[in-house]
Amino acid sequence: MKNYDLVIVGGGPAGLAAAVSARDHGIDSILIIERDKELGGILNQCIHNGFGLHTFKEELTGPEYASRFIEQVEERGIEYKLNTMVMDIAASDASSANGTVTKTVTAMNREDGMFEIQAKSVILAMGCRERSRGALNIPGYRPAGIFSAGTAQRLVNMEGYMPGREVVILGSGDIGLIMARRMTLEGAKVKVVAELMPYSGGLKRNIVQCLDDFGIPLKLSHTVVDIEGKNRVEAVTIAEVGPDRKPIPGTEERYTCDTLLLSCGLIPENELSRSAGIDINPVTSGPVVNDSLETSVDGIFACGNVLHVHDLVDYVSQEATAAGKNAAAYITNGAAKDAKSVEIFPVDGVRYTVPKYIRPAEMDDTLTVRFRVDAVYKNCSIATYFDDTLISRRKRPVMAPGEMEQVILDKKKLGEFPDLSKITIRIEESV
Amino acid sequence: MYDVAIIGAGVIGSAIARELSRFDASICVIEREEDVCCGTSKANSAIIHAGFDATPGSLKARLNVRGNEMMDQLAKDLDIPFKRNGSLVVCTKDQDRAGLDILLEKGKKNGVPDLRILERDELMRLEPNLSDDVTCALYAPTGGIVCPFHMTMAFAENAFTNGVSFFLNTKVTSISKTADGYELAAIHTDTEESETFKAKVVINAAGVHSDEFNNMVSSRRLHITARKGEYCLLDKEAGTHVSHTVFQLPSKMGKGVLVSPTVHGNLLVGPTAVDVSDKEAVNTTQEGLDSLGVTASLSVKNVPMRQVITSFAGLRAHEDGGDFVIGEVPDAKGFINAAGIESPGLSSAPAIGEMVAGIVKELLNLSAKSDFIATRKGILRPETLSMEERNQLIKEHPEYGNIICRCEMITEGEIMDAIHRPLGARSLDGVKRRTRAGMGRCQAGFCSPRTMEILEREIPMSMFDITKNGVGGEIVIGTNKEI
Repeated sequence: MKNYDLVIVGGGPAGLAAAVSARDHGIDSILIIERDKELGGILNQCIHNGFGLHTFKEELTGPEYASRFIEQVEERGIEYKLNTMVMDIAASDASSANGTVTKTVTAMNREDGMFEIQAKSVILAMGCRERSRGALNIPGYRPAGIFSAGTAQRLVNMEGYMPGREVVILGSGDIGLIMARRMTLEGAKVKVVAELMPYSGGLKRNIVQCLDDFGIPLKLSHTVVDIEGKNRVEAVTIAEVGPDRKPIPGTEERYTCDTLLLSCGLIPENELSRSAGIDINPVTSGPVVNDSLETSVDGIFACGNVLHVHDLVDYVSQEATAAGKNAAAYITNGAAKDAKSVEIFPVDGVRYTVPKYIRPAEMDDTLTVRFRVDAVYKNCSIATYFDDTLISRRKRPVMAPGEMEQVILDKKKLGEFPDLSKITIRIEESV
Repeated sequence: MYDVAIIGAGVIGSAIARELSRFDASICVIEREEDVCCGTSKANSAIIHAGFDATPGSLKARLNVRGNEMMDQLAKDLDIPFKRNGSLVVCTKDQDRAGLDILLEKGKKNGVPDLRILERDELMRLEPNLSDDVTCALYAPTGGIVCPFHMTMAFAENAFTNGVSFFLNTKVTSISKTADGYELAAIHTDTEESETFKAKVVINAAGVHSDEFNNMVSSRRLHITARKGEYCLLDKEAGTHVSHTVFQLPSKMGKGVLVSPTVHGNLLVGPTAVDVSDKEAVNTTQEGLDSLGVTASLSVKNVPMRQVITSFAGLRAHEDGGDFVIGEVPDAKGFINAAGIESPGLSSAPAIGEMVAGIVKELLNLSAKSDFIATRKGILRPETLSMEERNQLIKEHPEYGNIICRCEMITEGEIMDAIHRPLGARSLDGVKRRTRAGMGRCQAGFCSPRTMEILEREIPMSMFDITKNGVGGEIVIGTNKEI
């Protein structure tokens, strides 16, 4: 059995940034395990630009953004294994002298077979998957020609194959918007993008650059109610939905097409986390974490889309950098003492927060708390309360579920509330 | 000239082919789809019924009970995933429990072993998620769950190994009587070329279309109605919600739906029952899918319908007479029906195979083969091995170390096995039904491009010819900017 201080599961943007950060915080013994044939994760198929505006102050493509981090990993000589699947993560019951708990990571590949690694700490960076047609319960036939937007993106951008000529897209998530443009550029006709909700799930800039600029209609409050075609998709019927999100009879419109792309949400891939006994937040489908991004199992950290789905890779990199640093502290200093933990309550329009718990004594000087709202809010404010005391109220002209929001907590301020029992973040009407 | 031509490579045609392959005879199976197990056999409840439901004295009753008895040995011989998880027919407080007594009596007459009625206390210990309204249930410990794909493929592969020829993508269009048998005109759906098959004996195992073939040769008309059943399949996380197959006592509100674990560990809810005029209408409907959760909640509480990973519909071949139609057609000598095979058709398939093979043996005076191979190995599942065994396997065959389907943890080695074994997979659905690659929670989002690469390399075939489910179901249609 091999031993590493830190095993990082996933070599996408989260895993790469976490590895770099952990190395820069003094951890030599690191292994990244990646299931695909190269590092970079889903960025490799995101050949459009718009990445890295925050991190590098320039506009990069996905592969370029990934390569910046891959270079940093290579420069630091961080070990990685490709084409390797992690099968299981288990934390042992015994703890070492400094309170750390050993984890056993079981993985497999062609060369090494199935093998076990012992690690002091593990960072989960497995990313997410797309919601499938089955999970959406769309009625109709089950022919070829129904793809999740990401699968189509892989076929087109990495393999060079076109999944179809005439396309209907359900869901206005960012990948769907990007694929509307990509399919159009590659010669297909995108007839319509239907979105169940009364607002888009994607970034505003993507709606403008990927739909509006190409004259592709976006039909909000619409869904697919039928798929025709016994072997290959022949037509798709969409209908308007009411406030209950149920189709309104009489509003059906039939589109002949050979392809239906689905961009209806991403789900963090936490099967490994669950098998390791980690608590999962049912709202995010990601692990519940504290201010150090540590899960409910000591020494297992999470970052990136496995924790909660992000809009911008820049935020993934920031979060992963924090996870790497925190894992390094765990490995170097041992488990944190039982510090007092305060729960953050998301209410009145705030769906969740990451992290969910903070430990005022342990946290950094400032902490970014990220969250999403549950509907579109105009001219409202994000209000933060320590118990019943209003700490901050920040005006936001527009907030939408498709764009992540944040609140920054200040350690010094928290110090003024030694008996703090809860933090509340809510959306309030601006006054 | 063949001794026997079987129309249809569903579970019935395949079971008959396997039983007949015990004898010295030339046999062919003609199937219009690109693979075996493409019709009703692939979309059903995946249940081996105990046999208490059918009318005593009917073919359904006799063959169900016999088929159920045969399953243990068959599962062993042919490596079919099968589990006797026991079934419950639950009665709720609004229902007359006399209905259970009637079922119990029928079951006893049909020869179903160990049936008994359980009261709520004992029932709740067996199955804690039953609805609060459940008062009692008929318990049938011999009820089981099976993988219908593997069951059909096991029969077909074993028949193939024993010399049966399979013509896939081949659609029989007409049948005519000749001096010494029958002539079957057929068209190869992939090449559009015609071919004529001659056979002394024809077996009609054409599912929802079996009435059409019967009516080509006989004045004793059959009439089959396609009765659609819609299902939802739930994530493996929900797979332990119940451990028995939970049926509802039929009432004037309908037959109800079942909630059952599958033999692979998912949870299955369904079916609906709606007669449809189109015998190819395997589409699901909003009303059907919406109704399943509601109806399921009558017997099982808190079914996590949010964890649905896919839904599907199958068509039952309901014959007007209500029973299976099996046997030589009186006015068409040598034409044998295995028609009207609706539920409990899957459960009865082994016995139907035995029965029809018996009829053919008499007709053609067949003698047993000396070199019949009675066993077949399914696709090796590395997860069933110890770590040492698995590592030995990977050393010899590194492809078993490469996970392709991450949801179901299916390796490249298993997919290659599915492609290269007898009657191997030629499509994504073919790979899926044999290995489960693509059958998990992401529904092939990640693995389909990789499975396509393996098909391209191993068969080998062009990416443009790779289909989901046969001709017309191509996955990609061209290269970028060249469509």
